[in-house]
Amino acid sequence: MTDVSLNTPTGEYDAQLGDYFALLKPRVMSLVVFTALVGLLAAPVSVHPVIAFSSILFVAVGAGASGALNMWWDADIDGVMRRTAKRPIPSGRVQPGEALSLGLALSGMSVMMLGLAANLLSAALLAFTIFFYAVIYSMWLKRATPQNIVIGGAAGAFPPVIGWAIATGSVSIEAWLMFALIFMWTPPHFWALALFMKSDYEDAGVPMLTVTHGRRKTRAHIIGYTVPLAVLAVGTGFTAIGGPVYLTVAVVLNALFLKGAFDIWRRDETQAEADDYRVEKKVFRLSLWYLFAHFGAILLEAVLRPYGLGGW
Amino acid sequence: MAFRTEHEIHTRRKGRNVGVGLMLAGFVVLVLALTFTKITGGDFQIPAAANEVKN
Repeated sequence: MTDVSLNTPTGEYDAQLGDYFALLKPRVMSLVVFTALVGLLAAPVSVHPVIAFSSILFVAVGAGASGALNMWWDADIDGVMRRTAKRPIPSGRVQPGEALSLGLALSGMSVMMLGLAANLLSAALLAFTIFFYAVIYSMWLKRATPQNIVIGGAAGAFPPVIGWAIATGSVSIEAWLMFALIFMWTPPHFWALALFMKSDYEDAGVPMLTVTHGRRKTRAHIIGYTVPLAVLAVGTGFTAIGGPVYLTVAVVLNALFLKGAFDIWRRDETQAEADDYRVEKKVFRLSLWYLFAHFGAILLEAVLRPYGLGGW
Repeated sequence: MAFRTEHEIHTRRKGRNVGVGLMLAGFVVLVLALTFTKITGGDFQIPAAANEVKN
């Protein structure tokens, strides 16, 4: 820790372990762990449990590191937005320099350890993901273009590819299908959030689509992304990582998601404000289940496969 | 000789220090487990021996 924090007078707040853990964005980290694990288990090569556990742990640490770097860079706008104002840096619990140091140290450590535990390709992919999230998305895109969420979504889409690379030492079409699933899911998920977060992004000067192109266009964009997402998600059911369970889940959830996106598109702001963005909030919650269920189904197919039950 | 009085900062940061200590201990155990797994795996070769095989 810095000299400044060492000399903090008695009575002032001292950051606790939980505050540093919060810098790692644990909820994002849990999604990363889950999707990376699915990528690893869906791959047609088995991995020793110790290597699998260690590798997923280092991927999680890498994801956490990029979260800390993002919080360090975005501390100014996090303080303005209601949703993020209580994060460790804007609330004063952690110093920005500490977050930067933690982010850089964990980035280096996680990439190096993943390279040693698994292989160089997965380590390189993890390094690129951290760079993409911290530099390309946080520092460059987020404040510059309404396409921030679209392009930045790639950072969140890499974990299953890394998981696949840990197992096989290479990447294949199935890994990229899982990447595409998260990549296409990210924009409607965040735009639904942006619709009911009202002025948060505008106050912070973040050029979200709702701010630059208005809510009407955002509603149209949500359905515009949901249609190809549904085609992709259902189509994946016919590939090597799919199977009857996955296909059933995909058909049901994509029908629900398409209906939700259509409902959002049909509504205007007056209707949405009248019921406090009920439909938008419902679609946002559904989108969380949507991703979890799709990857859960891929996992189930992979787990059942050795018993002759999963896959086609 | 009397024990040195614990500074207030050590008391205040005890939870944090114990946490970091436990994480470092966990990391050591993990590296140890990884090393055993790698060297007991079927395809492990000491680098020098691997070179001899190539020559």
